[in-house]
Amino acid sequence: MGEHAHPTGTAWIWKIFWLLLAITAVEVALGIVKPEFLLVQFAGTSLLNLIFIGLTLVKAAYIVMYFMHLKFEETFLQWTIYLPVLILIPYLTFILIAEGAQIYAA
Amino acid sequence: MRAEYGKLMMWFFLISDALTFSGFLTAYGFMRFKFEQSWPVAEAVFTHFPGVEGDQPLLYVALMTFILIMSSVTMVLAVNAGHEKKQGAVAWWMLATIIGGAIFLGSQAWEWYHFIQGDKGAIELADTRILKVADADGHVLSFSQMVHGEAGHASNHEEEFNQSDVFAAFKANPNWKLIEPGKAGAVYEHAEAMALLGQGAEIVQGANMHRNEYGHKLFANFFFFITGFHGFHVFSGVVFNFILFYNVLLGTYERRGHYGMVEKIGLYWHFVDLVWVFVFTFFYLV
Repeated sequence: MGEHAHPTGTAWIWKIFWLLLAITAVEVALGIVKPEFLLVQFAGTSLLNLIFIGLTLVKAAYIVMYFMHLKFEETFLQWTIYLPVLILIPYLTFILIAEGAQIYAA
Repeated sequence: MRAEYGKLMMWFFLISDALTFSGFLTAYGFMRFKFEQSWPVAEAVFTHFPGVEGDQPLLYVALMTFILIMSSVTMVLAVNAGHEKKQGAVAWWMLATIIGGAIFLGSQAWEWYHFIQGDKGAIELADTRILKVADADGHVLSFSQMVHGEAGHASNHEEEFNQSDVFAAFKANPNWKLIEPGKAGAVYEHAEAMALLGQGAEIVQGANMHRNEYGHKLFANFFFFITGFHGFHVFSGVVFNFILFYNVLLGTYERRGHYGMVEKIGLYWHFVDLVWVFVFTFFYLV
């Protein structure tokens, strides 16, 4: 528990920046090229879309943990913020996808 | 728990705002799923890049994403300088963040302008479905290419076309067809297409809340609503950042002994970047 060690200097900020930039570049390149072998259907959508969503979640995690300093806050505060978001948003997504599939089939 | 009151309240606000945006984006996904055949493919809609002729899918919005990430970085640098009580450095980084936010807003205005103005034009049937005109190879033709032939442009470039000219050009080219804009949209060969046009049809150029040339009308509604709501957040953020910048210059936080306010507004600014990361994925990539 307690406040976690906060990085000093600015090198870590630029490291995150290059990482976010690299992930965005990969996303844009994949979005323009749309490689044939990634367009296979998987879990109700294409593999490419799942890759996009995965990369987005990685980007989001870095922004929240480092830019928004959440990784260095009290453990209690971290979970106060993570839990509602991690429970409610997947739940909302799940019910709308399930409902959307029903309506499309009807 | 030892968390500062203001910071905790900012986090709670951001959680509720995150849920609001999730509501918008999941509703977008729901409707897109329902109207898959007439839902436009984003790469076919956002194809403009300033000063470049022809289709440049994704590049402009990638630039906007880069600008917003960059302004998030300058904000972290401002917060960092605040921890070290360097008044001058905080001021400079805040100024950079304000400029980044302003450039993003300008870019968004440019994108809205082109979205509203329209690109290739489309035909709306009597049953309100939107169809694109394509040549024998399935390449979508602009009204400009249909009417002006070789001299035409891939985009209509603000030229307003006459319905009768567009229909006459279509009638004169028996290998042209009509296609639905969605991923698995219907294709109508020329004879079938002429029969559909005979039941009453209109040309559509550009986009508004009632109809748009890109596809299902909800697409434009969601575009205006989601990017507009996000843009409003960015605008508010730029205003907050300016107030911060002004107070840094006045020495308000120097006298207060800490730059906590920069940290709190910083959280909001990063959140705006975070939302854009999701809008970018679900509106432009997926």
